[in-house]
Amino acid sequence: MRATLALVRKDLRIEWRTRETATTLAVLGVLLVTVLAFAHDPEPEAAPLLVPAVLWSAMVFTGLLGVERGFLLEREQDCLAGLRGAPIDPTALYAAKLIVNLLLLSATHAVVVPLTGLFLHVELWSVLPSLVLVLLLGTLGFAAVATLFAFVTVRLRTRQVMLPLLVLPLLIPLLIAAVKATEAVLGSGLAGARDALGVLVSFDVIFVTAGVLLFPAMVKD
Amino acid sequence: MAPPALEARAVARDFGGRPVLRGIDLSVSAGETVVVLGPNGAGKSTLLRILALLLSPRSGTVSVRGVAADSARNEALRQLGYLGHESACYPDLTARENLAFYAELFAVEDAARVDELLAWTGLAEAADRPLRTCSRGMVQRVGLARALLHRPSVVLLDEPFTGLDPAASDALDARLRALRAEGCAVVAAVHDVPRAAALATRVVILHGGRIAWTSPDAVPAAAELAEVYRATTGSRG
Repeated sequence: MRATLALVRKDLRIEWRTRETATTLAVLGVLLVTVLAFAHDPEPEAAPLLVPAVLWSAMVFTGLLGVERGFLLEREQDCLAGLRGAPIDPTALYAAKLIVNLLLLSATHAVVVPLTGLFLHVELWSVLPSLVLVLLLGTLGFAAVATLFAFVTVRLRTRQVMLPLLVLPLLIPLLIAAVKATEAVLGSGLAGARDALGVLVSFDVIFVTAGVLLFPAMVKD
Repeated sequence: MAPPALEARAVARDFGGRPVLRGIDLSVSAGETVVVLGPNGAGKSTLLRILALLLSPRSGTVSVRGVAADSARNEALRQLGYLGHESACYPDLTARENLAFYAELFAVEDAARVDELLAWTGLAEAADRPLRTCSRGMVQRVGLARALLHRPSVVLLDEPFTGLDPAASDALDARLRALRAEGCAVVAAVHDVPRAAALATRVVILHGGRIAWTSPDAVPAAAELAEVYRATTGSRG
């Protein structure tokens, strides 16, 4: 736990100082929401149907970029060797990166969600707690998978191709459930999203556990 | 009899089917400074990374103070301090923040240790500048401080003099001698034969993935060592 907290503090301190990842993700998120919202220019009654697609498309693109940048930090000056040479459980590194990715993606949501509501003229305030729950569960599952694979692909020259290739097929069930849950929350409320939420929770449990179990083997060499 | 500080037995490693190390046996006692010489591509860095437990050998074992590294990895890592070609320090953090971070990872309780090392590296005044704004030599010194932070009993250094000015090189030289006097085992890969002759209590020459030559009890003088190096590797030291 001590190592995890030290790693999280280190990543957040670097991010606070450089603001590189947060700024990049926020700008990319705004661009995506703007393009997607204005490209469709939906009728007022059709606009709520577009919200889940815009939110989760923005999430996937910004998320892949953000997660990859988290590990690039460890490549410079071979910092990964410093971490691997420390007497810590490799799971601490996975947990720390997962927490930091979750925080950064949540910050991106804080920019993207209000903007989506604004551009599509959809009132999101009344469903915000339910929407936050769906976003949190979806983002956790996304970060659990992407953090695991980003560690492998960050060492490849073709990482920008390999990360989406490896991650996106695994994320399909999560994205379908996340879109369905968001749609239900905007329509009938949280009760209507029960099945989709069940899928999201199951996905999170499976892939966080898989990350914790598989990461030490991936760090080994 | 106390076990060696560091021992490699029959260590072999290949990359993509190309053998880089072919059965290395090396035993280093406390208070010994072993300098590894060898031409580029001889496998010095690979050997050091295996000894630092950053790379797994394809076959063979590494043990630290008699404990097999693969059975008690974290216990072994607490005894090892490794500095590779790069500092393993974050360019966007200051020297002080980098050392404080690693002190947490190694559970270093001595709060004064970071300041002590900053003073030793001559970085006390630049301690609060991000490393990105520091010179190559300064970053190298922070990397060395990081490797020594937890008072390891075995120090592994891969070309530690690279990027250091003469004054910093002399300071490092003095530090390595002090470590030896304190009973620390040091293994260093260097390219400079005269420095190897001056620093080492034992020299090994790595060639073709094997230890091709080990110095006798007394390390020969620089000129003689350079001659041995040429004869062993077919290249100039």
